[in-house]
Amino acid sequence: MDTTVEKELWKGNEAVAEAAIRAGCKCFFGYPITPQNEIPEYMSAHLPEAGGVFIQSESELAAINMVYGAAASGVRAMTSSSSPGISLKQEGISAMCSGELPGVVVNMMRGGPGLGTIQPSQCDYFQATRGGGNGDYRTIVLAPCDIQEAVDMTQEAFDLADIYRMPVMILGDGMIGQMMEPIVWHDIPKRELPSKDWCASGRKGRDHSNFITSLRIDAPDSEEFNRHLEAKYKTIAEKETRWVEKDTDGCEIIIAAYGTPSRIALSAAEELEAKGIKVGLFRPQTVWPFPSERLAELAAQPSVKAILVVEMSLGQMVEDVQLAVKGAKPVRFYGRVGGMVPSVEEIAEEAEKILQEVR
Amino acid sequence: MKKQITIAGFGGQGVMSIGKSLVEAAVDENLHATWVPSYGPEMRGGTANCEVVLSDEPVGSPVFTYPTELIAMNRPSLHKFEDMVQPGGTIFVNSSIIGDKVQRTDVKAVYVPCDTIADELGNKKVSNMVMLGAYIAATGALKTETIKEMLVHMFTGPKAKLVDLNMEALERGKACIES
Repeated sequence: MDTTVEKELWKGNEAVAEAAIRAGCKCFFGYPITPQNEIPEYMSAHLPEAGGVFIQSESELAAINMVYGAAASGVRAMTSSSSPGISLKQEGISAMCSGELPGVVVNMMRGGPGLGTIQPSQCDYFQATRGGGNGDYRTIVLAPCDIQEAVDMTQEAFDLADIYRMPVMILGDGMIGQMMEPIVWHDIPKRELPSKDWCASGRKGRDHSNFITSLRIDAPDSEEFNRHLEAKYKTIAEKETRWVEKDTDGCEIIIAAYGTPSRIALSAAEELEAKGIKVGLFRPQTVWPFPSERLAELAAQPSVKAILVVEMSLGQMVEDVQLAVKGAKPVRFYGRVGGMVPSVEEIAEEAEKILQEVR
Repeated sequence: MKKQITIAGFGGQGVMSIGKSLVEAAVDENLHATWVPSYGPEMRGGTANCEVVLSDEPVGSPVFTYPTELIAMNRPSLHKFEDMVQPGGTIFVNSSIIGDKVQRTDVKAVYVPCDTIADELGNKKVSNMVMLGAYIAATGALKTETIKEMLVHMFTGPKAKLVDLNMEALERGKACIES
């Protein structure tokens, strides 16, 4: 192991908060909910030290609208919550997409529906990737699988939000929020950021006022704006789609998973490889945009007999996998729900069972 | 080397701290490590546990079904996890408050009177450090020196006086194994 870099032990939630501060986040607004409370707790202690503002809002609805306001004034702002709280923020997220406002939203998912449970889950995939609010909108959704990636993605999320002027979501789960592991703080590659000449921070001699709204009451104007969003989302799909694959070349089965289950699948793959089964791992880092093209290429390999999707849900990402693979190969699903986490043994057993059936 | 350790006991016994100390020391020794707490709807006096992985390879799954070692600080924890320990693994029992013996014959059982020793040292809170000392002596997973350096970093300022107490607890735990 590389001993030249300083490794530090961090808890997931605290690391995400520190990463946001390092990325220049100046405003945090949130309302407490397990399993992400260490994010606002850390922010309350450290964001003011960094010259920022922390507000524990009266509700989730207030928090997301405070992000809207702060973002409109041109500063980097974020909010965090867990599943039921993120549901309450959907109206604001839709409004931010319409107002073209950058911001970062962290969802450390817990079991649902409703208030559900405080244990880890991935049951908000549909909400995150399809848009839980009204309207034809998308958010870039980054899905970290460990704390290092959660830190790197949080820092990058602020850049992506500024570049595309839209909310970016970090889609983690309770496990990533609650666990501890060593990470390395390093500079993420700097991206070229556009000027925020659109923001409402005072006219300052400009010949026009900046006006930020989510209302376009005239239909032709509204259509034009929707087309503009469409073009933006197409650009994002072309430029920002990310994934990680391991041993996919000539594999017999592909296990596709994101977040915590992808780590468990990694251990399951080791067990299967010990039995002589060639397992490829496919892990989307962006779940929107979803890496459909690459997955289709991998699935088309003659060696691939099936694709197993593993989630902490009843089957949500599996629909994106089916859309990508277009029936070329059998797509199967294994999920645990309600806060239960799939085990290494369960995933390995499921993969073996599927291979016996399709061989 | 790969250790999968389940550490369990009553809330307040320092169960989470044993795990954190192991992971902190592992990081200092340039090992890969993860720590996952149980964070269910716990209550004071209820059970608490954490899962720790120490490895010289990057850690895949931070959670596991079958631990290589179980540290049971109270009786319900021994009963809950005894059957899960991998054959050839080790069960560490806080024998001050657990009268039961390990029933399995395919695992090693190590009995450490953690609370009794902590009482002798005059502070019941270091019971967990006694167990940590026993764990590292029995498994050789980490160096005692690393844990000691960590304690020096952990207890600073007005808490610096706790370093010696914790180190003594660590040594007494080690002595249970070495004697």
